[in-house]
Amino acid sequence: MELNDIIKPENKVYAEPKLLNRVHMHYCPGCSHGVVHKLVAQVIEEMGVAEKTVGVSPVGCAVFAYNYIDVDWEEAPHGRATALATAVKRLWPENLVFTYQGDGDFSAIGTCESIHACNRGENIVIIFINNAIYGMTGGQMAPTTLLGQKTATCPYGRRPDLNGYPLAITPLLAQLDGTCYVTRQSVHTPANVRKAKAALKKAFENSINCKGTSVVEIVSACNTGWKLTPEKANKWMEENMFAKYPLGDLKDLKDGIQR
Amino acid sequence: MNDKVTLMKGNEALAMAMIRYGAVCTSTSSPGFSLMQEGVSYLAASEVPALLINVQRGGPGLGTIHASQADYFQACKGGGHGDYHMIVLAPSSVQEMADMVALGFDLAFKYRCVSMILADGTIGQLMEKVVLPEQRPRRTDDEIRQQCPWAVNGRKGMRPSNVVTSLELDDDKMEENNWRFQACYREIEKNETRCELIDTEDCDYLITAFGTTARVAMKTMELARAEGIKVGMFRPITLWPFPEKQLREAAKNVKGILCVELNAGQMVEDVKLAVECKMPVEHYGRFGGNVPTPDELLNVLKEKLINK
Repeated sequence: MELNDIIKPENKVYAEPKLLNRVHMHYCPGCSHGVVHKLVAQVIEEMGVAEKTVGVSPVGCAVFAYNYIDVDWEEAPHGRATALATAVKRLWPENLVFTYQGDGDFSAIGTCESIHACNRGENIVIIFINNAIYGMTGGQMAPTTLLGQKTATCPYGRRPDLNGYPLAITPLLAQLDGTCYVTRQSVHTPANVRKAKAALKKAFENSINCKGTSVVEIVSACNTGWKLTPEKANKWMEENMFAKYPLGDLKDLKDGIQR
Repeated sequence: MNDKVTLMKGNEALAMAMIRYGAVCTSTSSPGFSLMQEGVSYLAASEVPALLINVQRGGPGLGTIHASQADYFQACKGGGHGDYHMIVLAPSSVQEMADMVALGFDLAFKYRCVSMILADGTIGQLMEKVVLPEQRPRRTDDEIRQQCPWAVNGRKGMRPSNVVTSLELDDDKMEENNWRFQACYREIEKNETRCELIDTEDCDYLITAFGTTARVAMKTMELARAEGIKVGMFRPITLWPFPEKQLREAAKNVKGILCVELNAGQMVEDVKLAVECKMPVEHYGRFGGNVPTPDELLNVLKEKLINK
């Protein structure tokens, strides 16, 4: 068999998503953002909904998400992404509207709007990247930082008496009547990437079909902030992060929330 | 109103975040507006039109729930960070306040800037006859696409993507953005200054006031004229842009100006700048929710300018 016999459209198993702009990403090598961006672009493209998609980017590492995924974007003030997404979806109810936020934006400064948007059952998708640290500002303690985890602002490890406890916000949101789908995924192995993609697709369909709020938490590696190699960061995540933030669906209402 | 266009938000910052999307109007009183300053700055930098309404109460802090004009600086000189301006409209009657809603929206969309109605607790609670302007329907989705090509609503027809952001890390581009904002503000200054002049042709003394104090001072003018003192009134309708040329012209033959405000002296700075301190400019302010009476103002006028 010649090479040209293999290179045929019907044999294609993978292509770069067209919605992913051909520019250099500013993310560190080993960071999970790049993979999640690719999945978002892929799913929008496969669903054929780029014409009615609006993303809301956060303040944090993903602030420039709008440079990478070629759909309409609003860049939100710090923590306000879900409020902005609320406005977009209310005014354009047929649209797919999603926010893309880290743990600082979503579960620190944005906690109020995060909870209220979910509680109102806004028909939006929240993609929540949880890497247990403030990546962009240089590795400070986040609400999601694990007990004992060392960061720039808790150099001897997070202590509950001094710093309180890691905030697992996703289970809180699963309790709210407004959320229809709450799931926790990761993208550190090919199998997990596939599962995360399926979760994003389900969430995006929920937004278009106005079934309530969908929250897709991606437990992510910040090897730079954690001061580990990419490989060790993935291992550290498996051994430490998944104990506090176990993967899997927390809630899945097939018919959406009750109105 | 249907729920598509009206939503009670959890707090001021959230309301502003929604407004950032062009939701496009919110109303509050002074402490609430302080909370919104972040959003105002973002709106200005994102060139998203919006109408904000601040019915001022007395501060600082929680202060009082009664009338004040102490947010003049915050509204006109920028309460949020960065170089920006809002068009600030100051109503002195219920009718004017109603009319300013349409005007505020029109100006905001014309210049892609933020408009504000800066009322006060007295105007806000005043009961007067009002003829409501005819309701204008919301733009249809197609009209939005046509009239607001910058709007973020999905790439219909796979047009190039729209991004609304206030962030620009390239210094030269950010400077360019700032020059564009400034050019827009100069255009607004050229076209949109508004004021009311009453009996200024023959006056010896001029009272400058806006909102509630202008209403009180109109009675003071009558009382003064009955005593043979020729008093005129200059009432800015836009506080920013401040009608400085109109004031300079109206004040060129007067012996003195009394600026009456419900604050410790804020607009008086713009009055002094406008007349280039060529004549005495005195300030009289009440605070804490107190409003001066017409007689009180007449006495102040005599004390500070006439019998000096």
